[in-house]
Formats: sequence, C-alpha cells, structure tokens
Amino acid sequence: MSGPIADWTKGSEAIVYQTCNGCGARQYFRRSFCAPCGSPDLAEHRASGAGTVYATSLVCRAATPETRAHVPYNIVLVDADEGFRMMAHGDNDLAIGDKVSARFTQFAGRLVPYFAKAK
Amino acid sequence: MSFVTGVGLTSYGKHDGLSSLDLMSKAAELAITDAGLKRSDIDGILCGYSTVSPHIMLATVFAEHFGIRPSYAHAVQVGGATGLAMTMLAHHLVDAGVAKHVLVVGGENRLTGQSRDASIQALAQVGHPDYEVTLGPTIPAYYGLVATRYMHEYGLTQEDLAEFAVLMRKHALTHPGAQFHDPITVADVMASKPVAMPLKLLDCCPVSDGGAACVISREPTGEQRVRVRGCAQAHTHQHVTAAPALSELGAEISIAKAKAASGIAIPDVRYAAVYDSFTITLAMLLEDLGLAGRGEAAARVRAGYFNRDGEMPLNTHGGLLSYGHCGVGGAMAHLVETHLQMTGRADNRQVRDASVALLHGDGGVLSSHVSMFLERVR
Repeated sequence: MSGPIADWTKGSEAIVYQTCNGCGARQYFRRSFCAPCGSPDLAEHRASGAGTVYATSLVCRAATPETRAHVPYNIVLVDADEGFRMMAHGDNDLAIGDKVSARFTQFAGRLVPYFAKAK
Repeated sequence: MSFVTGVGLTSYGKHDGLSSLDLMSKAAELAITDAGLKRSDIDGILCGYSTVSPHIMLATVFAEHFGIRPSYAHAVQVGGATGLAMTMLAHHLVDAGVAKHVLVVGGENRLTGQSRDASIQALAQVGHPDYEVTLGPTIPAYYGLVATRYMHEYGLTQEDLAEFAVLMRKHALTHPGAQFHDPITVADVMASKPVAMPLKLLDCCPVSDGGAACVISREPTGEQRVRVRGCAQAHTHQHVTAAPALSELGAEISIAKAKAASGIAIPDVRYAAVYDSFTITLAMLLEDLGLAGRGEAAARVRAGYFNRDGEMPLNTHGGLLSYGHCGVGGAMAHLVETHLQMTGRADNRQVRDASVALLHGDGGVLSSHVSMFLERVR
C-alpha cells in the first residue's frame, strides 16, 4: 500500500481516493482495506478535482453558530471524473449535470472542497 | 407466528417536565393494558434510544424504572426504522419461543428536553464524521440532496412534494393527539421558510415529545387479532455519499423480501403506514414500495387515493409530518394507528377496510429499511 496522502479532511488542499490493486474497485472514504473485496493492497491517488454535479441542497437553516454564519451554503454531491462520489460545497447556482472543478475554501474554521462550474 | 396484542400512544407535541423514561412508561402502560395483560406478564423488552438521555443500557434502565424483570431485554438502534425493526425482532423472538410477550417501546422528550439546534445537530451525526459532517449538512440537507436528484430523474416539482404535507396535515386534523391542528395548503408549504432546498419548513417533520409502544405475543390475548404475516429488512449504506442509485435503494429490496416472506402482494393491501420524515421520503417510498408508479405518487394524492376514504388510506393519524416525530416513537405511531384501524377502533378516522396493512420504516438517509405486512384474523 502506498503511503497515505494528506487530504482536505486533514487540512491539506487535496482530494484523495483509493484504488484496489486486487479487484480494481475505487473508494473515497479512506480505509486500510478494500470494502468490496477485503484486500489490504490499496493505492492512494490525488484526484483532479474535475467532476459532474449529482445532487445539490442549499442549506438555509444551520444548527450551530459557526455554520449559521455561512448560510445559505450549497451542499453538493459530485461524481468525480476518477469514478467516486464525494460531498462538498459549491456555488449556489450549480445544477445537476454541471461540469465542475474543485478549489478549497474555509468553512466554520476548517478547510473544505468547493466546486464551481468548469471554465 | 406472532400477534400485535396491544398498542399505546401518547399525544405528540410538548410534554413539559416529562423525561424520556416517563414518556416510554406512559406508552408502555397503555399498550400492556390494551393487550389485557399485567406488567408481570411481560417477559421481553425491546426499546430504542433517546438523544436527550443517551444510555448504554436503556432497556434495563427502563425495565427497572417501569418495574419489570424481563428474561430478555436490550436496546435497538436503526434510526427511524428502529420501531419496525424492534417489532420484527419481537415477532421472531416470540415465534422462536424466547419470550411470550415482548414489550416494544420508544419515547423521548426531544422537543422540551433539549434545544431545537441540539436536536438538529444530534441527528446530523448520522453523516460521515470526516467526509460529511465537517461540511455542515443537516438531516434536511441529506434528504434535500436525495430530493433534487429524485426530482431531476422523475420530473417531480416542489408543488408535488407539498401535496404530501397537505395530506398528512389533513389527516392530523382528525386526531386529537396530533401536534398540529391548523389546516395548510400547497401555497402555505411553498411559502414556508427554506430549510435545505428544495425542502422548506412544512416539507419537514417537527421535533416532538411523545411515546409509543406495542406488545407482541405468541398467541392472541383477546378479541383483537392482528397477526404479523411477514417482514424483511435491507441495509444498503449508511451515508448518502455512499448510497446506491435511486433505482437500487433498500425499500425495493425489503418490500420484495417481505412479499416473499408473507405471500402478500400489493393489490392485497388495504391500509398503508409509510415513513414520512420529509415529503420527499414519503413520495419516494410510496413509489419504491409499488403503492404508486414512478413519479406518480403526487398525482395519486391529488386524486384522493391516499385519503381516509380513498383506495389506499395512508397514515390516517397524520404521520411524522403532522402527528409528530419524537425519534423512535415517531414511526411507532404509524404502527399504533394501523392497529387501531385494523381493529375498528379509529373513531372518526376509521377506514372501511384495513384487513391487510403494509408498514414501512426508513432509518438514516434511506439507509435502513424494514417492510412489514399485518393481517387481521377472525
């Protein structure tokens, strides 16, 4: 298994996914094994940040003082070009099917991935 | 074989000063009395969880508080599907001879026991701690994501979704225990405050105090004979990011298995009790279960199909959307109402024929599903 690459969940400006050297599956939630086949033989990759919007929901009612400062903010599910799905923030006017690319921004004191329409 | 021999339900809304254990106790007392049993007859207890008063041994805490020394007891946690999952387990326990009378109970002072923010924040934790919760989503946002996708694929509109809120409110108007008694219109739903678009305040169930319980027994204890015909579960994912395609969700899997287990088909069903945390939840589940064609559930609502006097009466107590949602007890109110309908005790809400009922619960973000068929036997 190639060493772990720090990603946005650890405060680094990267989106990381894993591929299985055994069965070829890919997964976004980091594990020490492949969820479909159980193999520990995984490779980690940095994603390009390119993808397609699968779903959106504009949050207008937040539940903490830190997140309330940001409303409204758009929660999006993006299908990355590399073949995995991820949750992120995005421009408020994104629509399903839009081609998007990722940058990073601060949200409630943390680094989060943020998608806008690809240029 | 197993029978639902008794049911108990408190009103939902505010119960100032009552704890989760108090609300569970009220519902349990009602259910045991309804079954014609004494506390000492109960030899099994299944309970859910309380976000207000979390405990690692809630079933034994409750048993001691309520005054029962069961030979079988533990808590069960599958979010909104917990009530039906416990009922399914109780069915198998009595069928296997592990217990004779299992008390299934849920109750929580979720409205007055903590702030609304605390409730919303507690429930958002069903998301992935690293990859989702850090982004500030709420439960309505998880379902909002599902909603935009479902609307995109099947052509539903926000007005379509609003119909389900209006229907549940119409039903709640006839139940004295419901949290809401003011009629609403599609225009009211559309004009209500945005929560997580496309879901607005009236597309969302409220936070409530309340309790609900039932007794599952090996043999009938009286004249009310409601039998569990068959049930099944499906669990496809926990987090919405990892959910399968809309056409592969768990409701379709669990209903297919429940049909096979019971020998009952959808045309046999006379009454439906379907989980309705949000309007989109109800719309999707009705279509997943085969109670309406894809994208056609809203048209069926408009045509009166799911009315009390319609072809398939649905959640005649008002559902989570308008009777209220106190956590585990929330969807158990669906079971209580179904039992009242099946035994001809639903007062002014009574439907013509509730001889065969379909119940369906959903936990997480369409993550955990339980489908169950009940049948009245003479």
